[in-house]
Amino acid sequence: MVASDDAPRADSAHIPEAVPAPARTVLDDKDISRALTRITHEILERNRDASDIVLLGIPTRGVHLARRIAKRMSDVEGRPITAGALDITMYRDDLRLKPARALEHTEIPDDIDGKIVVLVDDVLFSGRTIRAALDALNELGRPKAVQLAVLIDRGHRELPIRADFVGKNLPTSLVEKVKVALTESDERDAVDIQGTNGGAAS
Amino acid sequence: MTFTHLLSAGDLDRTDAIRILDTAEELLGVASRPIKKLPTLRGRTVVNLFFEDSTRTRISFEAAAKRLSADVINFSAKGSSVSKGESLKDTALTLQAMGADAVVVRHQHSGAPHRLAKAKWTNGAVINAGDGTHEHPTQALLDAFTMRRHLGDLEGKNITIVGDVLHSRVARSNALLLDTLGANVTLVAPPTLLPVGVEKWPVDTSYDLDSSLEKADAVMMLRVQQERMNAAFFPSAREYSRRYGLDTPRLNRLPDHAIVMHPGPMNRGMEITADVADHVRSVIVEQVTNGVAVRMAVLYLLLGGAAGEPTSEEGTE
Repeated sequence: MVASDDAPRADSAHIPEAVPAPARTVLDDKDISRALTRITHEILERNRDASDIVLLGIPTRGVHLARRIAKRMSDVEGRPITAGALDITMYRDDLRLKPARALEHTEIPDDIDGKIVVLVDDVLFSGRTIRAALDALNELGRPKAVQLAVLIDRGHRELPIRADFVGKNLPTSLVEKVKVALTESDERDAVDIQGTNGGAAS
Repeated sequence: MTFTHLLSAGDLDRTDAIRILDTAEELLGVASRPIKKLPTLRGRTVVNLFFEDSTRTRISFEAAAKRLSADVINFSAKGSSVSKGESLKDTALTLQAMGADAVVVRHQHSGAPHRLAKAKWTNGAVINAGDGTHEHPTQALLDAFTMRRHLGDLEGKNITIVGDVLHSRVARSNALLLDTLGANVTLVAPPTLLPVGVEKWPVDTSYDLDSSLEKADAVMMLRVQQERMNAAFFPSAREYSRRYGLDTPRLNRLPDHAIVMHPGPMNRGMEITADVADHVRSVIVEQVTNGVAVRMAVLYLLLGGAAGEPTSEEGTE
């Protein structure tokens, strides 16, 4: 899953741990836009047509991305396609490690039985979020297939989960943090990578 | 969450209250799914400790805990060792020994849940499900939730609560919570059925129902609690019903958007006529539905995360 066309990331290893590394922008707004357009076409190509596709974003940024993909898909298909949202908080495996979290909104635009569900998230990391999403889907119905689209795949999987559609493969070290900013919630479109001071993995 | 027990509606600040209501809003959707269950509280034990009769509150808490996959143990005083004279303390210690993560308590004496929580007889979260004539915080939360769904933000809304305020734990909890949420509460009751010290509550009081109908966004009728009445609080049921009962002419004088509420159980013909109780503007049945979602939210926020204060004992799971 590690792409070879990336710029060398070895330089991050030379940053002294005591100094907080400045954030580097790895994708700007145009890169994100291109990646989403490509993902849209890949989804349509893989599934032949959009008639039985249900796009579900994982809050919060996955929902924004799912809506953008839905918009591109509507333009290509010439009919309105809406994206939904799937909150996975109640299905997380780390709920007991932190104080109870606020729930996000779940909105399923369509019956998912027999449909092809495309889950959309911003960053694919350990794979635990997607595991929780699969559990959540299981209780909403029985999709014909579930596919996964992510803007960034940063590696370090802890579960046997892979993405079907990837915006960019971004090999990272565990001390680095990948931040996706989207205009809907963060005023700009960018993907930043940040080396952390303390060395704790995000 | 800034609280580890839910004993009084007055313990909730605005942030906590809004958080519970927002969480309940999301959980309400679970009831319309094909599989009405979330795995969140798997392996947690919730004990329903009911020293006083209850239909909807106990069933509602049971449904809420089960929808979150918790194990539920129902305990009612009738048919238990309490009828042999066992004390609240010994009952609580027994439950603690069985590993209860949350104890939902209804008790005929005001303050029993408070005692249970503060005396540390149980390590679990204590949720007050009605104590004597004191408080019933989850009822207030579900009432506020129902109002919010119909009226929007409660800031500046006028809520009229009518009837037996003296014996009503629902009225006290509602007054406290609605004040926190910014609503204006008016209590309407005969002078004999207003509690001593009501002037210190964050509410207006009135002895005249008709004068507070025109501006009300919601009217909540309270049950006349005959079983707690040890004196003559009003001359006759008929007179009470004429002066303080909600009938169709009074309903017609409410603003068009106003809703009619009742915490149940109702005395039809006493504080509310059957016509009004079954009217389209009555949300009494909806209150019951919302009760499950609100109680799920409370259980989730109290039990769903790391236990109470930041401790690391669960970090090794």
